[in-house]
Amino acid sequence: MTTAVEQKITHEVRLHGRGGQGAVLASKILAKALVLSGQHVTAIPSFGFERRGAPVAAFMRYSNRPIRAVTNIYAPDYIICIDPSIPKAVDIFAGVQPDSTLIQATRNSAESLNCPAAVTRVVLCDAIAIGMEVFRRPITNTIMLGAFAKATGIVTLDGLRAGLESANFRDAGLEQNLIAVERGFNESIVKQRQGDTWV
Amino acid sequence: MATPALKLKHPGCAQSIVCDGNEAAAWAVALARPDVVAVYPITPQSSLVEYVSQFIADGKIEAELMNVEGEHSVLSALHGAALAGGRTYTATCGPGLAFMFEPYWRTPGMRLPIVASLVTRDGITPQCVWGGQQDAMTMKETGWIQIYCETVQEVLDTTVMAYRIAEHHDVMLPVNICHDGNYLSYGVTQVEVPEQSAVDDYLGEKNINWHVALDPLRPMAVDPLTGGAGGPGPAKFVAYRKGLCQGMQNALGVIEQAHADWADIFGRDYAPLVEEYRLDDADYALVTIGSMTGAAKDAVDSARERGRKVGLIKIKTFRPFPVAAMTRALRKVRAVGVVDRSVHYGWDCGPLYQEVLSCLYRAGQPIAAGSFIGGLAGADLTEGHFARAIERTAQLLAGDEFDSPVWLNEHD
Repeated sequence: MTTAVEQKITHEVRLHGRGGQGAVLASKILAKALVLSGQHVTAIPSFGFERRGAPVAAFMRYSNRPIRAVTNIYAPDYIICIDPSIPKAVDIFAGVQPDSTLIQATRNSAESLNCPAAVTRVVLCDAIAIGMEVFRRPITNTIMLGAFAKATGIVTLDGLRAGLESANFRDAGLEQNLIAVERGFNESIVKQRQGDTWV
Repeated sequence: MATPALKLKHPGCAQSIVCDGNEAAAWAVALARPDVVAVYPITPQSSLVEYVSQFIADGKIEAELMNVEGEHSVLSALHGAALAGGRTYTATCGPGLAFMFEPYWRTPGMRLPIVASLVTRDGITPQCVWGGQQDAMTMKETGWIQIYCETVQEVLDTTVMAYRIAEHHDVMLPVNICHDGNYLSYGVTQVEVPEQSAVDDYLGEKNINWHVALDPLRPMAVDPLTGGAGGPGPAKFVAYRKGLCQGMQNALGVIEQAHADWADIFGRDYAPLVEEYRLDDADYALVTIGSMTGAAKDAVDSARERGRKVGLIKIKTFRPFPVAAMTRALRKVRAVGVVDRSVHYGWDCGPLYQEVLSCLYRAGQPIAAGSFIGGLAGADLTEGHFARAIERTAQLLAGDEFDSPVWLNEHD
C-alpha cells in the first residue's frame, strides 16, 4: 500500500534536539546522504541564541525535483526528535501533516508518546542507552539518523557513512559515529498505528 | 570505504559538495587565489572566515592571513595589500561593517578592486544577531558594487565572478557579494565546485595596481588632498568623482559579460542585473531581492494555477542600479509590489521600492506600486507571505492604493 506521504514529491523534515547534541550537524550529514540518494535537498538550522541544553530545531526539505524555497518547516511529514525530554518542552507536533512519521529517541512505548492522529507511524530508538555504550555520553544525533534511514528507506547506511566521513569529526569520532549510525538503524523499532493501538 | 562521488551536472566542474553558503563563499575564495586575506569574525559571517582560515592552514589557499584586531584594521590592511598589487578578500556584516566604515568609504575613491562578502545582517538596535539587508542597504551610496545572491550555488559562482568585475580596467571598484545571513549563510544544499584551471582562465592575469600603487619603483602620491574652492582643486575633485561614477556605469556591461562568460564555461546562467520570471504575459509583478526569491517564485506559480496573471522581477545587481533593465521589466506590467528585507527610514518604505519608483518615473509610466517589508532580523518569508503580497498587489491593479508599507511579518 502506498501512503499519502510516500506519494508526496517533496518531504519536509523537522529535527528537534537540545543545544550541544548535534542536531544541526546531523541535518548536514543527512543532507549529504540524501543528495547521494539522488534527492534535491535544502537544510537550515533554526536561528536562536545557541546555548547548551536549550531546545533547538533544524529544518530540511528533500524532493526529486529542484527546491527553490529557502524557508523554515511548518508542516513536517517527518519529525526526528533526538532528545527524550524535548516533547515536554516544545510542541514537536506543530503543523504535522496527515500520515506522518515520528522518529523518537526513547526507551518508552509508542503509546507513551501521545501522538496526534496525524502521526501514523513511530520509530522508537533507545538512543540514550546506545549513546552511553558507544560514546560514554548521551549523544544521540547520528544514532537517530540510522533510525531515520530505517524509517524512510530514502537514505542508505552507505550514504550516511559518506555524510559522516565529510563531517570532520575529531579523534575517534568518525569510527564511533559509524558504529552509532549502524546501531541506530539495527536497533530501531517501527510501529504502525491501528486505531488507538500501535503494532 | 570510498565516499561515493556526487554526480556532476555541468561542464568545467571538479567536484560536487554539500555545504552552506558560508562554506560555498570560502570555496570561491580558494578558487580566486587571493594573495592577502584579512578577517575579523562576526555573526553570521564567522563560519565563513573560519572556513577560509582552515583552507589557508591546509594550504588549499596560498594567501597571507591577517587576524587583526578589528574590522577597521581589516580593510586598512587590505588597502595596503591592494596598493602593493595583491588580490584581496574579506567578509563582514552588521556592526563589523559599521566599524569598518572609514576605510570602507575610502576604498571606491582609491579605485581598489577589493572583494568582500557581506553576509547580510539586520541593524541594531534593538539587539539582533540575525539576517536582514539593513547593513548592506545602509552602504548603498558609498561607491561599492553590490550584488545580491539567491542561492548557495550562486554565492559560490558570483564570488568568483566578483574578481573579474572588480579588477576589470574599465571598472576598478570594490565589490560586495551580499548573501543573506541565516538563510544562505547556514542554508545547506548541493553545489558544484568549478575546476581550478577553468577559473584561472576565466579570471586571467591580475593587474591590480596599474593605476595607483605603493611601489618603490613607481613613486607616487596616493590619495592626495584634493578639492577646495580654488586652484586646480574643484576640477580635480570633479574628475575623480566623475571617474568613479563612470566606473560604476561601466560595471553594468562588465557584470553582464562576466555572467555570460561564466555561463559559457560553467553552464550556469544567471540573470546578471534583473531577472524576469513569468513576466511576458503578466498584468502585475512582485519585485524581490536575495534568497527570498525562491519562495516568491513558488507563490507566483501557485497564483498562476489560480489564474492570476502575476510575474516576478528579481534584482541581482543593486549597485550600480540597472535602470535600463529594470525599466524594461517594469514596462511589461501595470502594478508592482516591491518586497524589501530592509527599511528606508526617510521614505517610510523599502529601499528597493524607492528605486523602483525612480525607474517608473524614468520610464514615464506611473503605474500603481506598493512597498512590502519582511524578513527583518531573521524572520521567515514563506510562500504564504508572498501569496498575501500578490493578493495585495492585485488590489493595486484594481485601484486600491496604499501609501504605507505592508509589514509582512507584523502578525507572525
